[in-house]
Amino acid sequence: MNFFRRRLPLLITFVTGVLFALQYYVPHPVSESMLTSVTKWLQIIGGFALVLGVTSLFHLHAVKIRRKEPGWGYSFVLYAGMIGTIAVGLWHNGKETVDNVTTAFGWIYNFMMVPLQGTMFAILAFFIASAAYRSFRARSPEAAVLLIAAIIVMMGRVPLGEHLIPLSGDLTQWILNVLNASVRRAILIGVSLGAIALSLKIIFGVERAYLGGGKE
Amino acid sequence: MTATGRTMLAFALLAPLAAQAGERLAPPQELQVFDTPNDGGNSLTVTWAPAPHDGPGTRYLVMVGEAGPPTGTSPSLAGMTVIADFPSDSHYVRDARTPWWSRSVPKTHHQYEIKRGRGNGNGVKDGTSYAVVVSAVRGHESMMAPALQSVPQPNWFNWNELNNLAIVVLFGLVVFGSIQVARKREIFLRRIAGLDAVDEAIGRSTELGKPILYLTGAGDMSEPSTIAAAVILGRVAKRVAAYETELMVPHRDPIVMAVCQEITKQSYLEAGKPDAFKEDSNFFITTDQFSYTAAVDGIMLRKKPAANFFMGSYFAESLLLTETGASTGAIQIAGTDSDHQLPFFVTTCDYTLIGEELYAASAYLSREPVQLGTLRGQDIGKAVVLGMLGIGTALATLSVMTGLDVSIVLDLFKDLK
Repeated sequence: MNFFRRRLPLLITFVTGVLFALQYYVPHPVSESMLTSVTKWLQIIGGFALVLGVTSLFHLHAVKIRRKEPGWGYSFVLYAGMIGTIAVGLWHNGKETVDNVTTAFGWIYNFMMVPLQGTMFAILAFFIASAAYRSFRARSPEAAVLLIAAIIVMMGRVPLGEHLIPLSGDLTQWILNVLNASVRRAILIGVSLGAIALSLKIIFGVERAYLGGGKE
Repeated sequence: MTATGRTMLAFALLAPLAAQAGERLAPPQELQVFDTPNDGGNSLTVTWAPAPHDGPGTRYLVMVGEAGPPTGTSPSLAGMTVIADFPSDSHYVRDARTPWWSRSVPKTHHQYEIKRGRGNGNGVKDGTSYAVVVSAVRGHESMMAPALQSVPQPNWFNWNELNNLAIVVLFGLVVFGSIQVARKREIFLRRIAGLDAVDEAIGRSTELGKPILYLTGAGDMSEPSTIAAAVILGRVAKRVAAYETELMVPHRDPIVMAVCQEITKQSYLEAGKPDAFKEDSNFFITTDQFSYTAAVDGIMLRKKPAANFFMGSYFAESLLLTETGASTGAIQIAGTDSDHQLPFFVTTCDYTLIGEELYAASAYLSREPVQLGTLRGQDIGKAVVLGMLGIGTALATLSVMTGLDVSIVLDLFKDLK
C-alpha cells in the first residue's frame, strides 16, 4: 500500500519532472510533440476532475438545503441555475446561435453571465477607491511616501494633471521605470529562485507535503 | 553655414559612398551553408564574410532550390528562387544574438536564415537537400559565389541555453548542499511577521468561534505558487485541527481541491484529530474568475470568518476578495508571487508575504532542517545573481566606454534562445 500511496507517486514525479525540465532544452519535434501530448492529457484529466468538483458543489449545497441552513435559498438558486443551464445547453447542443438567431443558451450567456461578470469587474473601481482612501492616509513616514508617489503618478498619467504640474509626467516615468521596475525585478528574481528551489525539492522528493502529510 | 562649409559637409557625407562605389564588386567569400543549429528543423543558415564593397549601394540576393544527389560539381541554378534581397550593410551574425560558444563564424560575418514564411513558400523541409547561392548586386553588375548544398534537420539540444542549464544545475547543487549543511548545523531564519501572525489568526478565530477561510489562488497544480499554497495549508490545517476550529477552503480548480483534501486529511491525522476532519472543508465553487469571487465574497459576508488566508497566484479578483474581507473585520494574511497584485494585498491585508516569502513559509512554519536548508540555498542563489548583476553592469559600462568586447563574459549571464 505504501508503494502505491508514496513511492509510485514520487517515482512518477521524479521521472516526469526530470523529463519535462530537460524538454525545455530539446528543440527536436519529438520533444515538442511530447509536450503537446502531455498538455492534451492534462486537459483531459482536468475535464474528468471537473466531475469531482461539480459533485463536491452539488453535495455541499444539497446538505445546506436539506438542513435548511441560513441562506439555503441561495443554494436552491444555484441548483436551479445550474440544472437549467445544463438542460438548455443540451437542448441546443451547446450552440449559442442557430441560423444567426440567439438560442436560449446563448441568451443565458449574453444577457445573464456576461452582465454579471461585468458587474463584478466594475465593482473593482469602487473597491480601488476605498482601498486607496485607507492606505493613502499619511499615518506614518512610509504611508506619506506612498501618498506622495501616488499623487505624482496619478497626476502624471492624466493630461489635466500633467498640464497642472508639468514635471509630473517625467517624474511618473522615472518612478515607474526606475524605482518600480527595479523593485519588481528584485521580487521576480526572488520568486524565480523560490520556484526553482521548490520544483527541485518536489522533483527529488524532498518536499512531500503535497502528497498528504510531510513524513512517511 | 557658409558655401565652403556646405561643400565640405557634402564631401564628408558622400566620400564613403564614393569610396564604396569605387570598390570592385566581388563574389561573396567564405560562403557556408549549413543546417541551422539549435532549432526544431526546417531551416538552413547561410553565412559569408563582409566585403569592402558592402554599403547602401550594394545588395545581396539569396537563392534557394531543391538539389539532387551530390555530384561533386556545383549544383545547377535552374529552378532556384530568390528568397531574400537586402542591402549589403545588413543581416549580420551579431543580429541573431547567439552566444559565443555556439557561433561558428565571427560576429561581423553576414548571416541569413532560410525558413518558412521568408519569401520561399513552404520553406525548406527536413531531410531534403537544397542548393543555396548568394550573389552581390550593384546596379546591373552581379557577382555570384558557387552554389553550396545542405540538408536541414532538427537538433536534439539547444546549445544556446547551455548557460541556463549550467546555472540551474549549479543552483540545484547549492540547494542540496545547503540542505546537507542544515542537517548538521542550525540555520538562522529572520522573522517573517506574516507567518508569526498565523497562530494569532487561528487563535483569534478559535476565541471568537468563527471559521477560518483559506484560499489557494487562481492557479492550477502545475504552478509552484499553488503547490506552496497547498503545502502551507497543510501546516495551517494542523494547527486548526489542534484548536478544533472550522476551516473553509473554497477552490477554483477541482484537481487542487482533491490534492488539498488529502493534505488537510493528513494534517488532521497528524494533529491526532481525525474525527474533526470534514470532507466538505475543501469544496469546489467554479473555474470562472468573477463567479468564484462573488461566491467567496458571499461566504465572507454570511459566515464572517475571523481569519482570511490568501495564498497562491491572483489576478483582478484580489482586491475584490481582500477588500470584502477587510470590511468584515477579519484578520487577513496574504502570500503571493503575483507581483502585479502585491499593491492590493499590501493595502488591504494585515500581513503580506511578498514573492519568495510564500515559498519560505513552509520552511518557517515547519522549521525542518531540509526546508531551512533550501532557504539558505535560495539566499546563496540571490547573492550569486546580485554578483552577476554587479559584474555584468560594470563590464557592459566598460565595454561602452572603451569599445572592449566583453561578450565572452556577458553572454554567460544572458537568456539566449
